[in-house]
Amino acid sequence: MKHTISELEDIASQVRRDILRMVHAVQSGHPGASLGCADFFTALYFEVLNHNTSFNMDGKDEDLFFLSNGHISPVWYSVLARSGYFNVSELATFRKLDSRLQGHPTTHEGLPGVRVASGSLGQGLSVAIGAALAKKINGDKSLVYALLGDGELQEGQNWEAFMFAPHNKVDNIIASIDYNGQQIDGPTEQVLSLENLHAKFEAFGWHVITSNGNNMEEIVKTLQYAKSLTGKGKPILNLMSTQMGYGVDFMVGTHKWHGSAPNDAQLESALGQIKETIGDY
Amino acid sequence: MKKYTYTEKKDTRSGFGAGLHEAGKRNENVVALCADLVGSLKMDAFIKDFPDRFVQVGIAEANMMGIAAGLTIGGKIPFTGTFANFSTGRVYDQIRQSIAYSGKNVKICASHAGLTLGEDGATHQILEDIGLMKMLPGMVVINPCDYNQTKAATLAIMDYEGPVYLRFGRPVIPVFTPEDQKFEIGKAWMVNEGTDVTIVATGHMVWRAIQAGEELEKLGINAEIINIHTIKPLDEEAILKSVKKTGCIVTCEEHNKFGGLGESVARFLTTTYLVPQEFVAVDDSFGESATPDQLMTKYKLDPSDIVAAAQKAMSRKAK
Repeated sequence: MKHTISELEDIASQVRRDILRMVHAVQSGHPGASLGCADFFTALYFEVLNHNTSFNMDGKDEDLFFLSNGHISPVWYSVLARSGYFNVSELATFRKLDSRLQGHPTTHEGLPGVRVASGSLGQGLSVAIGAALAKKINGDKSLVYALLGDGELQEGQNWEAFMFAPHNKVDNIIASIDYNGQQIDGPTEQVLSLENLHAKFEAFGWHVITSNGNNMEEIVKTLQYAKSLTGKGKPILNLMSTQMGYGVDFMVGTHKWHGSAPNDAQLESALGQIKETIGDY
Repeated sequence: MKKYTYTEKKDTRSGFGAGLHEAGKRNENVVALCADLVGSLKMDAFIKDFPDRFVQVGIAEANMMGIAAGLTIGGKIPFTGTFANFSTGRVYDQIRQSIAYSGKNVKICASHAGLTLGEDGATHQILEDIGLMKMLPGMVVINPCDYNQTKAATLAIMDYEGPVYLRFGRPVIPVFTPEDQKFEIGKAWMVNEGTDVTIVATGHMVWRAIQAGEELEKLGINAEIINIHTIKPLDEEAILKSVKKTGCIVTCEEHNKFGGLGESVARFLTTTYLVPQEFVAVDDSFGESATPDQLMTKYKLDPSDIVAAAQKAMSRKAK
């Protein structure tokens, strides 16, 4: 391992502080699922990905990551900065005029680490599959990772992509689902039930694994295991349970913080629960 | 009037198929994707010679656009193929987000555009696609006029870095442009020099504009005919130079009058050099089932309609 679990947890703690401070500063953005995915992103970028922070769009011979549920940009921006793609001071420009850190991730302003615009939901997996196909055509053995929201699975394009990848043996992709059971209007089971996702993905022909996305050790082990499953003829799907708002007691487990920013008092309370480890930006 | 003749009729989609095959030979990064319309898009030759660079996505156009965007990451040059209707309106947001806004080098190749798809009817006859595509920042929009020009355009967009919409059609039409032509994106082709009226035409309407020019000549009217194959970026210089000479203009397109070539020309001329303009285009309508020729007549896209529009434009010139 490049880092101990404890070191990764410290990084994730700092990432959570970044998320809260970024969203608070502009009183807009999506803290809930950003907090829920902080552990996954930290494990991915600091432990699992074979990647080059001197960014190259084509990403030949390195692992690629695609974020489909682009509204959780705060967690991605924090992890990109903390892992060296750009200076952490730039996090202070989130959602401000002339920033590279747009509300939803985009290539348009040339932010290193981002390879496609996302946030109009349901499109990321298709793009990730395309990048995985390009790797196969190029004889590039590195992998493609993707993260999708669970609410986002209500978009039909996902299921076109879920059907495509097994048929075409796209076995160099590991797609994770942020399975937090929440979306803007409420719990997914109330808005539009996802039913048995595990069975659905298996029926589509994916190799499905499950994990707890708020346990650092388990995330690292799961992603390492997922890597070992690649190249065997099937795409890999990590059905990853998380809690929206994880790490802040009054934000956890509810859709209410999907797209709402904390006020000054709430920020203070939230930051009081999350240790500053490698330094605020 | 310069004389144009032809020895054969071919469909522009076959020009695309031939161009794609040639592109595959010239550049190993060229990949093709199709949504269950391989035969209609004339992709067979490419697939036969480059099976590993072909992706059959099934009837899933949204996924196709996303996969195409992803393939560019890794240096591929994807050409997507399906009908114009399913290449644009059906997947507008995928094109907007994953391709145009993301600046991806995807070539969206669209067959069966316009009324001349014929008997399948309005569900498949898109007349709004040029408008949809030209509104996207950075999108190049090309509508070639015959087999040879479509083949040349297909090769030209391979060498252009950035998103392109290439629109072509189903019916066989005269092949009247040179086989060895050089296709320059954004550069108009002077079909016939004239002095009385400018006729700009795109796609299937170019041959009809030539026929109209011959009729106008019989009436003593000397028409300047310009082929605008690239609707965006528009060759403004060529249009301005021509209308300064003729003083009026007719725009011809197999597309809704809203959002097409005519509106692009009007937008340009109202801000630079205002002259009377007439539109030969579909009058804000859906199409219907019939033969292509019947439809072109019913929706007023015949050479006689161009002649009438030219006369009207000329009559509106300041005396």
